[in-house]
Amino acid sequence: MKRIRSIIKGIAIAAVWIVVWQLCSVFVADNLEFLLPSPLVTLRTLFSLASESDFWLSAATTLLHVLEGYVLGVLAGIVMGIVTYKVGFLRDLFNPIRTVIKSTPVTSFILLVLLWLDTDMVPMFITLLMVLPIVWTAIYEGLFAVDERLKEMAHVFNVPFAKRLMGIYLPSLRQQLLAALTTALGLAWKAGVTAEVIATPVHSIGAGLYNSKIYLQTPELFAWTIVVILLSIVFEKLIVMGIRMIPLGGKRSGNKI
Amino acid sequence: MAIRFDDVTVDFGSAVPIKNMSVTLPEEGLCIVTGVSGAGKSTLLKLIAGLVKPTSGNISGTDGLKLSYVFQEDRLLEWNTAKENLMFVRSDEASAEFWLNAMELGDRFDSYPAELSGGMCRRVAIARAMHFGGDVLLLDEPFKGLDGELKVRVAEHTRGRFGLIVAAVHSKEEAELLSDGSETLNVHIQ
Repeated sequence: MKRIRSIIKGIAIAAVWIVVWQLCSVFVADNLEFLLPSPLVTLRTLFSLASESDFWLSAATTLLHVLEGYVLGVLAGIVMGIVTYKVGFLRDLFNPIRTVIKSTPVTSFILLVLLWLDTDMVPMFITLLMVLPIVWTAIYEGLFAVDERLKEMAHVFNVPFAKRLMGIYLPSLRQQLLAALTTALGLAWKAGVTAEVIATPVHSIGAGLYNSKIYLQTPELFAWTIVVILLSIVFEKLIVMGIRMIPLGGKRSGNKI
Repeated sequence: MAIRFDDVTVDFGSAVPIKNMSVTLPEEGLCIVTGVSGAGKSTLLKLIAGLVKPTSGNISGTDGLKLSYVFQEDRLLEWNTAKENLMFVRSDEASAEFWLNAMELGDRFDSYPAELSGGMCRRVAIARAMHFGGDVLLLDEPFKGLDGELKVRVAEHTRGRFGLIVAAVHSKEEAELLSDGSETLNVHIQ
């Protein structure tokens, strides 16, 4: 019953914003599609795009770019988080790099990487670069935040490393890691598609967005954007589900230790 | 080989809990550590466990010893049940259940620390140390949060299971609860 109520609430909220969108397209943009297409026009354009094989090829290519970059970024972030936590010298050496990656505008990286790599590789590499510092920071700071008293307890009782990892480290990092992975996924889509818009690899959502901008096909721009939003939501849900399935020795309940 | 402190000093900078301490603990029996709060009782137990290193002096006789420890705080894994907390240090289910039963927690195997009272969490921590076993049992204020009768019953279970028990306690009564009548070494920290 609670779930049904929550679904109805979600639909009602979406309906409100669709009505606002419709009103804006009629009264603010004065029915000019290139300024702000209505929800109906956008939906019609989306279906029209979806009937072409190029659409699916573009969506699949972008999906691949983003997922490759995301997975590699997460793996690199985990490795860098552990390495910089463990080795003081590497911490001092690499932490400025982490700050630089975090603060540099994504466009600067895209324009630079375009000079180094093949066009098709740019979105993947940029996604990796955006995901890396988020996961790196979460792991690094999470490891420092693991309760020292629990580590001492495991040391005294000679608990093997694998058991410590599953019993202390992963449960302690779980919330922070989940937050980092979902934030990184949202950013991965933004950075990956931005890189595609600038690098315009053949058959990609970014190229579709770029073309719609060039030819003032705003309904197409909206349709492609909706595709990105939908893919991002689906993959965020999948990742959250995946992390929750990792067995971490029971539930987390309260803070008493 | 007896555990021996030779002119041991621990200097944390802001405090010096142990200063020039020289003492030899018995190989077997009971060693009661007393002193006011903050005197360094916990630091002494941590020195034996190797969790704190002496600033100067030497500690010998701890190599190769299997230590078990009831810390001043319970140090339970909040995401694990009472039984899982015991199994975390030693994967012997029968022993874990035995010790939880001994601590009168037979109906709390599957409870998480947040679902237990302070006294129950304390008993899980004691059960974990008993379940792990070893040569030396270190007890840091073991009866914290336990009421009178329960203290007596819990203390009974600790006797005769370890070669040596080193216990930091607050009162003479608590020291007597742990004593099995054999000779006891009292270490008072100023």
